[in-house]
Amino acid sequence: MNKIISKEYFSANVIKFEVEAPLIAKSRKAGHFVMVKVGLKGERIPLTIADADLQKGTITLVVQKMGVSSTKLCALEVGDYITDMVGPLGRATHIEKFGTVVCACGGVGTAPMMPIVAALKAAGNKVITVLAARSKDLIILEDQMRVNSDEVIVMTDDGSYGTKGLVTNGIESVINREKVDLCVTIGPAIMMKFVSMLTKKYEVPTLASLNTIMVDGTGMCGACRVSVGGKTKFVCVDGPEFDAHLVDFDEMLMRLGGYRDIEREEMANFSKQ
Amino acid sequence: MNHSEERAQAWREVLRKGMKAKERTDIPRVHMPELDAEYRSHSRLEEVNLGLTAEMAMQEAKRCLDCANPTCMLGCPVGIDIPRFVKNIERGEFLEAAKALKETSALPAVCGRVCPQEKQCESQCIHLKMKKEAVAVGHLERFAADYERESGNISVPTVAPANNIKIAAVGSGPAGLAFAGDMAKLGYEVVVFEALHEIGGVLKYGIPEFRLPNDIVDVEIQNLQAMGVHFVTNCVVGKTISIKDLEDDGFKGIFVASGAGLPRFMNIKGENLVGVMSSNEYLTRVNLMDAANPDSDTPVFKGKKVAVIGGGNTAMDSVRTARRLGAERAIIVYRRSEEEMPARLEEVKHAKEEGIDFMTLHNPIEYIGNEQGRVTHMLLQVMKLGEPDASGRRSPVEIPGKTELIEVDEVVVSVGVSPNPLIPQSVEGLEVTKWGTVVVNNDTMQSAVPIIFAGGDIVRGGATVILAMGDGRKAAAAMDEWIKK
Ligand SMILES: Cc1cc2nc3c(=O)[nH]c(=O)nc-3n(C[C@H](O)[C@H](O)[C@H](O)COP(=O)(O)OP(=O)(O)OC[C@H]3O[C@@H](n4cnc5c(N)ncnc54)[C@H](O)[C@@H]3O)c2cc1C
Ligand SMILES: Cc1cc2nc3c(=O)[nH]c(=O)nc-3n(C[C@H](O)[C@H](O)[C@H](O)COP(=O)(O)OP(=O)(O)OC[C@H]3O[C@@H](n4cnc5c(N)ncnc54)[C@H](O)[C@@H]3O)c2cc1C
Ligand code: SF4
Ligand code: FES
Repeated sequence: MNKIISKEYFSANVIKFEVEAPLIAKSRKAGHFVMVKVGLKGERIPLTIADADLQKGTITLVVQKMGVSSTKLCALEVGDYITDMVGPLGRATHIEKFGTVVCACGGVGTAPMMPIVAALKAAGNKVITVLAARSKDLIILEDQMRVNSDEVIVMTDDGSYGTKGLVTNGIESVINREKVDLCVTIGPAIMMKFVSMLTKKYEVPTLASLNTIMVDGTGMCGACRVSVGGKTKFVCVDGPEFDAHLVDFDEMLMRLGGYRDIEREEMANFSKQ
Repeated sequence: MNHSEERAQAWREVLRKGMKAKERTDIPRVHMPELDAEYRSHSRLEEVNLGLTAEMAMQEAKRCLDCANPTCMLGCPVGIDIPRFVKNIERGEFLEAAKALKETSALPAVCGRVCPQEKQCESQCIHLKMKKEAVAVGHLERFAADYERESGNISVPTVAPANNIKIAAVGSGPAGLAFAGDMAKLGYEVVVFEALHEIGGVLKYGIPEFRLPNDIVDVEIQNLQAMGVHFVTNCVVGKTISIKDLEDDGFKGIFVASGAGLPRFMNIKGENLVGVMSSNEYLTRVNLMDAANPDSDTPVFKGKKVAVIGGGNTAMDSVRTARRLGAERAIIVYRRSEEEMPARLEEVKHAKEEGIDFMTLHNPIEYIGNEQGRVTHMLLQVMKLGEPDASGRRSPVEIPGKTELIEVDEVVVSVGVSPNPLIPQSVEGLEVTKWGTVVVNNDTMQSAVPIIFAGGDIVRGGATVILAMGDGRKAAAAMDEWIKK
């Protein structure tokens, strides 16, 4: 049981929570995540630890409403308790001074990118963040990203905000203008696939943080498995970050879609209630 | 009292003389009453075995000859005084029987249900030498333990005065629970850390309710709580807190019982297709997350043609779960023959009665999917039995060119588990085998790092509940001695 200390809306569907979790706050590093379960019959879902406050013994989660589980979590208020929370899980991001780093994120990947941007900045990197979405109202966390980025490039498919174009156009514009030492990408698998193809072409080393389906998040089930360089890896214990150029994104996309029909049905039932 | 002193007690002698050995051996072995096979193959939670009535148990207990050298006891990995508890059942002292069991086993209601008795105590029963069926030790053990629980007269063991020494168990499976119980009895302040949100390890997330109801495990946990054991769920030792943190926190001994929770795959083509999963994933979804319950937010596939790869208890549990979730065809695919199957005999029998197909001497070599990446077929290599291998079982050999293609919409891979690497990796100086198991002194369960003891599947690889429980008890006794020194 972990108490919610504060709740802030970044947008109608993106919410920041501060949650009491002193042990996790103490041991977490950038890139780590927690598994969260709301209610006795809730699902365990992975969420990145966006920040931690050692003094207060809290961690910060930024949640985007997607389906049933994230919606249930977002319905909780200050003073409510999260039924179960365990972490920090996964391997921490390898942070060092790389030089110039492009952090490209979109959709569900924006929140998990926040602590990585902050850690890279703290290590002395020049951080250029590319935020991408279909249209203006879907761009989230822009102000928060600006705090730790040397530059933020906003891309929208329809041109309603920032530059018209895809996330890859944003990355390419940076690569064309200066030397990029590393690219980090988090977002929908399809987006990461295209980012990876682009950076491979330019031979820019790239890390992708994979958001596969998880059940336990501790290496027990294999639901999160992906092929990396032809080998099966468990994202929750071997990742979540991998060399993007070795990830089989087509397989990952296929596996992510595995429960789509059941999830839609559950969301439809949930919305009716 | 040891076995022969117990046996010499007057009541035992009277009982022994009350009936001729021939009369005893002529009694046919009791049949465990069970739910109708067709009915139960659609009932997810109801336990298949219904338990013996008192009359049945007393009659079965009569079959036991109360041997002077009871070989069954040698077959029991923890050496339960089997004749003593059986004879107490015969004379109607069921609570005494339960007490006798609990002197050795921390979890008799569990072991009576899940021990492979036909390979242990019952395999050594004297009746077998006379070409008769063994005494149903497992059924009787279950009867006595259930009787005690249902009577409301569970004896909460007396706990020694608190010695204010903190000790920890990592993992709440049978090894951790047994260890915690013994240490609490000795007066230690015991904290059990569990990574998942539920206590019980495999007893909860693995073994389904139709074989081991959760209530039974919960009663054991409540007993431990009544004895003062603390449980901390959602805490991964090595992640949330380190072994070092525990030492700094004043824990004087740590028992690692983190199990063998890592699923193995076969690394064959198509194994990452949608609909192919490990038995751990399948059973965790259904048991731990209650995914088949409409109220649960966790989804699970309910395949119509489900193949389960493997021949162990986990495979049987998965295939029978699939049947209960509505599979029209649920198949066991096993590369050896039925004789080599490691599963409990009773589970194989129950599975067959429930309409499970057995494709023995078949081994998957490829999974084939549709455009969406969902598995639709599997290609099987047909095998035959060759020479005995290292395990003493006849090894499976391919019959060149002989394959079969079958339709499936879900595949559950149940070909074994490996130890959880988290703790072995995170503790410096711990000795680990190439299989990832922790090396301990067999008598004390102490590891190369003195403060760390270990037992259960993390030491043995995938083994059994009774062995895990036995390790927990052994470690408790040894740790107590070590701390006092
Ligand atoms: C390591 C890791 C870290 C994560 N960190 C965060 C975080 O900090 N903040 C956050 O908001 N989310 C994060 N996620 C994603 C989050 O776990 C999922 O959004 C959540 O599980 C959705 O559950 P749901 O029941 O609400 O939606 P579901 O009903 O499961 O899904 C609703 C819809 O979203 C799609 N979907 C679900 N999960 C994903 C996914 N991972 N990627 C793309 N599409 C998906 C489904 O296919 C479906 O169409 C992370 C995921 C991983 C693996
Ligand atoms: C489906 C299935 C059916 C089985 N059927 C039978 C049967 O019929 N008969 C039989 O005798 N045996 C059976 N077994 C085997 C038996 O269950 C195991 O041998 C036994 O449970 C091992 O006990 P354990 O205490 O060592 O570990 P487990 O029961 O595996 O418990 C280990 C616990 O430790 C936790 N843990 C792991 N790492 C950490 C960490 N770092 N920090 C905190 N907690 C941690 C895990 O979450 C888990 O709860 C079966 C196993 C399975 C999977
Ligand atoms: S614990 Fe297992 S092996 Fe020992 S007597 Fe009971 S059933 Fe037999
Ligand atoms: S989520 Fe179960 S192994 Fe990764």
